[in-house]
Amino acid sequence: MGIKRVLTKDFATENLRQVSVYERTGGYTGFKKALEMQPDDLVELVKKSGLRGRGGAGFPTGNKWSFVPKNAPRPTYLLCNADESEPGTFKDRVIIEKDPHLLIEGMIISAFAIGSCPMAYIYIRGEFYYGATVLDAALEEARAKGFLGKGIFGSSFDFDITVHRGAGAYICGEETGLIESVEGHRGQPRVKPPFPAVVGVFGGPTVVNNVETLACVPFIINKGAEWFKSFGTPKNTGPKLYCVSGSVKKPGVYEFPMGMNLKELIYDHCGGITGDRKLKAVIPGGASAPMLTADEIDLPLNFDAVMKAGSMLGSAGIIVLDESVCIVDAVWRLAKFFAHESCGQCTPCREGTNWMESVLDRLERGEGRPQDADLLLDMSDNIGGKSLCALGDAAIGPVISSVKKFRDEYLHHVTHKSCLPETKRYRRLDMAVAAH
Amino acid sequence: MPVSKATLTRIQEVAARYPSKQSAIIPALWAVQHEQGYVTEAAMGEIAQALQLPPSLIEATASFYSMFLTRPEGRHDVVICVNAPCMLRGADEMKDYLQRALGVRDGQTTSDGAITWHSTIECLGVCGGAPMMQVDHQFEENLTPERIDAIIDRLRKQPAIHGAAATPAATDPKKPQAVPPVKGEKVRSGAEGARARGKRSQA
Repeated sequence: MGIKRVLTKDFATENLRQVSVYERTGGYTGFKKALEMQPDDLVELVKKSGLRGRGGAGFPTGNKWSFVPKNAPRPTYLLCNADESEPGTFKDRVIIEKDPHLLIEGMIISAFAIGSCPMAYIYIRGEFYYGATVLDAALEEARAKGFLGKGIFGSSFDFDITVHRGAGAYICGEETGLIESVEGHRGQPRVKPPFPAVVGVFGGPTVVNNVETLACVPFIINKGAEWFKSFGTPKNTGPKLYCVSGSVKKPGVYEFPMGMNLKELIYDHCGGITGDRKLKAVIPGGASAPMLTADEIDLPLNFDAVMKAGSMLGSAGIIVLDESVCIVDAVWRLAKFFAHESCGQCTPCREGTNWMESVLDRLERGEGRPQDADLLLDMSDNIGGKSLCALGDAAIGPVISSVKKFRDEYLHHVTHKSCLPETKRYRRLDMAVAAH
Repeated sequence: MPVSKATLTRIQEVAARYPSKQSAIIPALWAVQHEQGYVTEAAMGEIAQALQLPPSLIEATASFYSMFLTRPEGRHDVVICVNAPCMLRGADEMKDYLQRALGVRDGQTTSDGAITWHSTIECLGVCGGAPMMQVDHQFEENLTPERIDAIIDRLRKQPAIHGAAATPAATDPKKPQAVPPVKGEKVRSGAEGARARGKRSQA
């Protein structure tokens, strides 16, 4: 259908995880080209390409790199954020497991561009044990080939990569929480400033990039900024992985250019809604993104357009909810997730997320009070922007949007002490089943 | 049970890859858990000694992360996700089925000591294959009652992958002999999975 795949183009190739096969598909050519270039020119090239971080915030990658001070007293570090844990997001694991050398090549080029970077760490969530073993095996091969180590290809560039496994904490996906965790501490985010680009891990300047972001880098070096910009729109460039989950016939990871139409993605590529039911809502960017209703989904999935529509593209974790889903139940689960994952450092987030969870819980149990919908909005107002990192802000995204867009459903839970009749398909999580 | 020499050596090797010894705490906890199945207070003391750090630092870090176990569990660990993306594809029904099939409640171990299971709200990052569960280190996707039965049968017969009951060959996580196939692919080989994949590749 004329759609050019970039990141996933070789995924069907057998044994792509082996360095020799990866090289046959054109792998490690970007890295060799980059070594011939000046680091500053590489940063400029990535800036020109318009690449924006794929981890959620959409910050321009080249700019992030250029914030690293030259001649800092300590070495610079590159951290790859592979702590993918946001409900609805499952794209980075696919790159890691299918094409680990693409990530490794992207990291070598990035470290060379940033400069004076002796070591990079891949912070991979503890549950991705298999992914970590794939990366370890691929790194071993890359070392044997001389792509990593001392004086890479006769240059003065010394560089290696270490896989650092997390151990079950969503907050470590926040960049300063991740830095704390690499240092061996509890993953509690730091006060910013100083920003990681100035003082990050081990006191050195630090760049934290997402897996998919780093995987884009070899293509930019190989094919140029103009080619990269031929995907998407001027401010939202490049290929993009979209994770579609929930009530669709064909959930999974899809690659399209940045700015894919959400409606088209759901109906034309994911086969439409499960059981041909009606669409109720879509969460377009992982659990923290505000919900869109069925008539708001005819929009391009890029950072700016989704923000204009009142939500965010985030990690492009698209969760589709059909008419048989109880909104209060779905939001309760997301709230419970954020309450569970709050690191406990800041009071508004630690207390607020738990309160929200308990209010949603009582609504779903049929014990809600008439003022609960407004109470949730009031609580959100007291959590948002009042803590060190964005976890609190993330927690209120689905709550505020669902109360505003589905207030009638919330009220129905209060007046009828039950879910809407058409949404009684799901059992409650904590409904005990007799053990026998 | 003291930590083995091999694991302590491994911890020193890992520590050399960081400019600060403290960074080796999490890898060290993993190494001990892979050897013994869980991390006791005594083992944390040994880690502290190996890294020349106060034991309180090890425990402070260990207690923050939900994947470190401090007491023995069943030979196999089964975790089923019930967050929203999984719930939308029937995770609650699968969780109830799993509970009935194992006959013990969330967080408990079966009487034969084979399986400890619990449900989690912590998304496991496999929403595209929902409903799903994590079995030891493997993701089992697109669950059905039949698949759950088969997995339970298999686990009851299998030794633990880590800890005292594990076979030596399976205890070294750092030496993957060969790269096994992507698990997602294997479990999605059902008719629906194949159909979904086939259509997607044409898209």
